[in-house]
Amino acid sequence: MAVAQVVRSEWTKVRSVASTVWTLSVALVVTVALGVLISWLTRREFGNMPARDRLTFDPTFISFAGMSLGQLAMIVFGVLVVSNEYSTGMIRTSLAAVPQRGVFYGSKLAVATAPAFAVALVTAFASFFLGQAMLGPHRTSLGEEGVLRAVVGGALYMTLIAVFSMGVAAMLRSPMLSLGVLMPLFFLLSPILGTVEATKKVGQYLPDQAGARVMQVVTIDDDVPYGPWGGFGIMALWCLVVLAGGYLLLKRRDA
Amino acid sequence: MISLEGLTKRYGEKVAVNNLTFEVRPGIVTGFLGPNGAGKSTTMRMILGLDHPTSGDVRIEGRHYAELRDPLKSIGALLDATANHGGRSAYHHLLCLAQSNGLPERRVHEVLDIVGLTAVAKKKAKGFSMGMGQRLGIAAALLGDPRILMFDEPVNGLDPEGIHWIRTLMQRLASEGRTVFVSSHLMSEMALTAEHLIVIGQGRLLSDLSMADFIRQNSRSYVRVRTPERERFLDVLRSAGLTAMETGDVLELDGVAAEQIGELAARHGLVLHELSPQQASLEEAFMRLTAESVEYHAHSGPAADEQAPWGAGWKKG
Ligand SMILES: Nc1ncnc2c1ncn2[C@@H]1O[C@H](COP(=O)(O)OP(=O)(O)OP(=O)(O)O)[C@@H](O)[C@H]1O
Ligand SMILES: [Mg+2]
Repeated sequence: MAVAQVVRSEWTKVRSVASTVWTLSVALVVTVALGVLISWLTRREFGNMPARDRLTFDPTFISFAGMSLGQLAMIVFGVLVVSNEYSTGMIRTSLAAVPQRGVFYGSKLAVATAPAFAVALVTAFASFFLGQAMLGPHRTSLGEEGVLRAVVGGALYMTLIAVFSMGVAAMLRSPMLSLGVLMPLFFLLSPILGTVEATKKVGQYLPDQAGARVMQVVTIDDDVPYGPWGGFGIMALWCLVVLAGGYLLLKRRDA
Repeated sequence: MISLEGLTKRYGEKVAVNNLTFEVRPGIVTGFLGPNGAGKSTTMRMILGLDHPTSGDVRIEGRHYAELRDPLKSIGALLDATANHGGRSAYHHLLCLAQSNGLPERRVHEVLDIVGLTAVAKKKAKGFSMGMGQRLGIAAALLGDPRILMFDEPVNGLDPEGIHWIRTLMQRLASEGRTVFVSSHLMSEMALTAEHLIVIGQGRLLSDLSMADFIRQNSRSYVRVRTPERERFLDVLRSAGLTAMETGDVLELDGVAAEQIGELAARHGLVLHELSPQQASLEEAFMRLTAESVEYHAHSGPAADEQAPWGAGWKKG
């Protein structure tokens, strides 16, 4: 079984369903639009902010504020691209055509990750530039230390959100169940753990909180035990774990 | 050629397929018959490497499914006509399958043509009727021009014209020397298409015979009798060493000629209202065969503990 054949086949699958286009475009539009809005509001309210907040103000990170919502569409993309196979029964047709499950799985993940990364890259740069334009006098530039890393990091963060969702969907198979796990994880558990001082120590190891570190430039005055790439590494590790889980289950289970 | 050896599948406590051993040979249509829940689909999924057997082995032309290079070129299967993404067009569905096995795009157009879906090739599969879905599944099976074809209840939900089309297609494929393995739970359907018949019930092999032999061995003939002097007639039968099966006011006698009954009745001056030789239909023969497998299980322990498949007596040498 030539891997190139399977990659081509998976690419045909990804590009021939409407959900790919709408999830990825919603991710882009929502992230950028919300980032622009929040950057604009921040500029207006800047004078009213406490001095301490003004001192630790991170114009790069603020322009990525839309990701908190935009990542929802990335999650849906990641879930659908994998669980579609199961909810439609296509998986049996697919595995009959490609019985080497590892090749099938690897090709599907690689092929789905590529457009997610491309869209995430555009999203990150668009969010950054438009967000900085809104910030006016408080803006930063790509040339500043750590800023380019944060923007590229933003793209990588969004991509890994999709990848993590793919792994969860590969383990759980059902789209509803996968979303039922991912939504509360990212939109309930993570924010709740993050607000309470006592649970912050745990919450900061969740994939989204750890991964988001790579998008920050100004990080004075907090006691997070990892740097930008350290945090990103933790998120990548989470992805590896769920991807491996998905692989083992796919290998073992009846289709 | 598909070869099964002791193929067994358990789902928890449930034994779905129980120690199946048989071969499916090229050049003919082989029917795979069994009532609902007999294990036909499970067997077919194991043949395709989708479900892992609990024990036993299945090979395609001597090799395991996972060892096949570009399997669609060796074996094409229709398991479930809805096994496609409804939001994808027929063309793209077939294209992604073709690409995965290194088949040229030309083949997609060819099979669309064969099954008569060219006009709706760009339409999404979710808008397809049952018959169109079935045709799309068959197109996928034909993509790699395989030597072996396997269809799970292909005529389900089809109109008479569609049924006729599939029958003709299967017979044509077999006449080209291909192996054609097709499941059904209708004996009447199999009698029309299959040249060889494999019957399973409760996951066990009940019969593995050519259609002609199956008919010869399983079409039961009996004599139907109605008489107003029922009790006296039964006494007479008993003293002649014969037994009758009573169904309502009708008596059925196995293994005896109508002439013999007539002469017996005349000798005792019995009035008969009806005396007619009967031939049970194949459908009845099939029902009797599978009903016995159910009955057998009702008064014996867990099925998996039994070694020889029940009905091994039917198995041809
Ligand atoms: N994934 C599964 N998990 C548990 N039990 C299963 C599973 N698949 C099949 N079974 C059981 O195994 C038995 C055989 O099912 P199977 O679908 O193979 O029968 P079948 O002969 O194809 O029936 P039908 O004519 O209804 O299609 C049934 O009792 C079914 O309930
Ligand atoms: Mg079935």
